[in-house]
Amino acid sequence: MSSPEQWTHPEPDAAPAATAAKPTAEQVIAGLRATDEGGADLVQLLTPEGERVTHPDFDIDISAEELRGLYRDMVLIRRVDREANALQRKGQLGIWVPLLGQEAAQIGAGRAMRPTDMAFPSYREHGIAWTRGVHPTELLGIFRGTDQGTWDPVEKRFHPYTIVIGNQVLNAAGYAMGQKFDGKVGDDDGEATMVFFGDGATSQGDVHEGFVWAAVYDAPLVFFCQNNQWAISEPTERQSRLPLYQRARGYGFPGIRVDGNDVLATLAVTRWALDECRHGNGPILIEAFTYRMDAHTTSDDPTRYRLSDELELWKLKDPIERVKVYLVRQQWADQEFFAGVEAEADELAENLREFCVNMPDPPAQRIFSNVYAEGNPNLEAQRDEFLDYVSGFAGGEH
Amino acid sequence: MPQYKQFPLPDTAEGLTEAEILTWHVKPGDTVTVNQIIVEIETAKAAVELPCPWAGVVTELHAEPGQTVEVGVPIITIDTDPGGAAAPVAPAPAAAEANGTSSGKIGEEMPGGRIATLVGYGPKSGTAKRRARKDTAAPAAVAAPTPVVAPEPVAAPAVPAQAPGGYVPLAKPPVRKLAKDLGVDLYALTGSGPDGVITREDVESAVAAPTPVAAPSYVDNGSRERRVPIKGVRKATAQAMVDSAFTAPHVTEFLTVDVTPMMELRARLKNHPEFRGVKLTPLAFCAKAVVLATRRTPDVNATWDSAANEIVYKDYVHLGIAAATPRGLVVPKVRDADRMSLKELAIALDELAAVARDGKTAPADMMNGTITITNVGVFGVDTGTPILNPGESAILALGAIRDMPWVVDGEIKIRKICQLALSFDHRVVDGQQGSQFLADVGALLADPGFAMTY
Repeated sequence: MSSPEQWTHPEPDAAPAATAAKPTAEQVIAGLRATDEGGADLVQLLTPEGERVTHPDFDIDISAEELRGLYRDMVLIRRVDREANALQRKGQLGIWVPLLGQEAAQIGAGRAMRPTDMAFPSYREHGIAWTRGVHPTELLGIFRGTDQGTWDPVEKRFHPYTIVIGNQVLNAAGYAMGQKFDGKVGDDDGEATMVFFGDGATSQGDVHEGFVWAAVYDAPLVFFCQNNQWAISEPTERQSRLPLYQRARGYGFPGIRVDGNDVLATLAVTRWALDECRHGNGPILIEAFTYRMDAHTTSDDPTRYRLSDELELWKLKDPIERVKVYLVRQQWADQEFFAGVEAEADELAENLREFCVNMPDPPAQRIFSNVYAEGNPNLEAQRDEFLDYVSGFAGGEH
Repeated sequence: MPQYKQFPLPDTAEGLTEAEILTWHVKPGDTVTVNQIIVEIETAKAAVELPCPWAGVVTELHAEPGQTVEVGVPIITIDTDPGGAAAPVAPAPAAAEANGTSSGKIGEEMPGGRIATLVGYGPKSGTAKRRARKDTAAPAAVAAPTPVVAPEPVAAPAVPAQAPGGYVPLAKPPVRKLAKDLGVDLYALTGSGPDGVITREDVESAVAAPTPVAAPSYVDNGSRERRVPIKGVRKATAQAMVDSAFTAPHVTEFLTVDVTPMMELRARLKNHPEFRGVKLTPLAFCAKAVVLATRRTPDVNATWDSAANEIVYKDYVHLGIAAATPRGLVVPKVRDADRMSLKELAIALDELAAVARDGKTAPADMMNGTITITNVGVFGVDTGTPILNPGESAILALGAIRDMPWVVDGEIKIRKICQLALSFDHRVVDGQQGSQFLADVGALLADPGFAMTY
C-alpha cells in the first residue's frame, strides 16, 4: 500500500516516464497541491480581473439587470455572513459557519434553479437559502440553539440544513429517484434536484452511495460540490488522488469543474446541468472550484494549518470584485447603484442584529416536542422528568 | 442620560469557560461603532478578535492584557448615549436595574448581578458575597489532651478547603445550588442517597442541625481526610513492591550519558521514508540498547529461583515497560524484544502505551517479564532508584534528556545529557556484571554505531 507522501520520494531509478496520456503520480499530486489553479478543464466566463471570456461548451447571455441582481445577491449574503459571524463573537450565537469567499458558487447555483426544483443543503449554504427565499433571520435559530430552522422545506423547496457530513446526498438521491418514478422528468417542464456538499464530504460513504444510486436510476440529480480546498484542516490533496470532478467518470456520469468564484460560469454550468437532468440525462457532478476565506466555523483557527500566502492568492480571485469591475467597465452600473446595495446591506445587517438579540428562549419542553409525529410514552416520561428537574431550581432559574 | 452597557466575555468556540485578553484596540474615551474590533482574546482554541456590539463611547475597560477572564464576566463598559445630558458616572449594574429592562437576555444583567450567556449564566459581577461556613469558626485551642507534632494555626481557614486529592462530593445541580444558597459545605456532608449522593434532605438536615460543639482545631474528625479501600492495581503494586524490596537485595548504579549522537540519529531516521509515521521515541532507542546489552550480560536477564535453588538464564527478552495509567502503575511486556528491529520496537512500544493508557492491558500481558525499563524522564525527572519487578533481576530508569554543559574534546559544549540508573538483584548479578551492562547501554546511546560491534 503506497501512501501519497511516498510518491513524492520515488526510488531514484524507478521514476516512471510521463506521457501525455498518463501523468505521473508526482504530476497529479503537484496539480492537486496547486490549490489556486483550477487547471485546463476549469470553466470560466469572467476572469478574476473582470474580463469576459468565452468557453467552447458553455456560454451565457446575461442582461445588465440580471448581473446587477447577482451582484446584489452576493453583496447582501456576504454582509449577512459577516454580521452573523460578529454576532457569534458577541456571544449571541453558539457557532457560525462562514461562507466568505463562496458567494459566487452559491448564488450562481441557486439562481440557476427553478421554483419547482428541489435543493438539499449542508450547513454552509446561506447563499442557496437566500436564493430559495429563506430569509437569513430564519437561519439564526439553528446557530443559537433555539430551533432547527423554521422554514417549510416543501414550500421553499429547500430541505433543512444537514449537519452530518454528506448525509443529505442520500436524501437527495432518494428524492430525485422519486421525481423520476413520479414521471416528472423528460421534457422542458421537468423537475430536477440539486444537492450541496463540500470536498470533505466526498470522502464519506454516503456520497459514494448517493453517486451509485443516482447513476443506476438515472436520477435527475445535480451533485454540486463546493471544493473550498479545506475539509476543516485537511487539504484536498490528502483526500483524493485525482481532481474531484473526474470521479464522476467512474460512476458513469459527467463531471465538470467550474470556477466557483465566477458567478456567470457557475450559473451557466448549473443551468445546463439542471436542464440535462430535467430532460432525463442526469445525474451530473459539478465541482465548483473555490476557497473558504474564513475559518471552517467560528470554533476553528485556520492559521494553525494553512499559510497566509494561500489566502492572499485567493483574495485576488474575489467573486464580488470581478463582477463589480465588469459592471463598471460595461457601464451597466453607476455609483448610485453600488451605494444603494451597500445601504440595503446595512439595513439587512441591522435587521439581523435586532432579530437575533430579541429571539426568545424556547421553553424547556421544546427539545422533546418534534421527535415523533405522534406521542411516545418513553419520551413523555423523559420530558416530565426533565421538567420536574428544571422546576427543582428555586424560582425556575436555570 | 448616558446609558452604560457592559459587554460580557462571550464563549467564542462551543463550551469554552475562559479566555486571556491579548490586546485592547480601544481605550476609555474612544468613540466606537458597531462591529468595530475592540479587543483580541486568546482561548484554548484560537486567538479571536471581538467586535463591538454597540456604538458609543468607551467608559471603562475591566480587564488588563494578560489577564484571564471567565466567560460571562464584563470586559468593557460602553456609554451608548454619550450625547445625552451629563450624569454622574454610575456603575452599570445600577443603571441596568434602574431602568428595569433586565429580562435575562443574553449579555444583560439579571437581578442579582449575574449576566446571561448563551450557555447558562456567568459568575456574579462585583464582590462575591458567600455566606460563611457554619462549621469552620472554631475557637482557639483549649487544653490539649494529647501532644501534637506541630501546632496547627488557630484560626480556621477563611477559604473553603480545596478538594482533597481531586475528590468532589456527589450531588445533583439543584442540590448544589440549595447548598450554596444555604451556605452548606458539601465537602462536610456524607451522602445518604445511592452511591453516596448527597440529597436535598442531607443539605436541609445539615442546616437544621445545631452548630457542632466547638472542638479544638487540632482534633480532626476525619472530615478533611478521605479513606479509599486498598484494592486493584494499587494493592497489586504494593504487594509486588514489598515482596521485591524485602526479598531481593537491591543495588543501584548511576551513569550520566551524552546522548547527542542518538538524538541526531533519531532526527535523521524520522525523515527516512522507512520510519514515516513511526513514533520514534528515546525510549525506543533505550529499549534497543537494553536488548543488545543483555546479550553480553545475560545475568541481568536471569531469574533467581529460590525454590529450585537454581538461577534461570533465558534466551529471550520479554521487555517490561513501566507505564503510568489512570488505573495506576502497570508493566506490560514487549514479547521477544530481542528479535525486534528498532522500528518494530518503536511500533510495539507505541501500541503498548496506547493500550495501557486506555486501561486495556490484559493481565496476561503483564506476566513473565525478564527485564524492565521505567521511563521517569517523561515526568521531567533526572533519575531514581527503581525497585525490581518481582522475579526479575534488573530494572533500568531512563531520565529526562536535557541540554546541559558537557566537556567535549577539552571544551564546554551544550549537549543532550541523560541519566541512567540500574537497580539489580545482587543475588544474581554482581557489581562487575551490573556495571558492564549499564556501561554497555550508555555506550550504545552515546554512540549508536557501537551496535555494529554486537
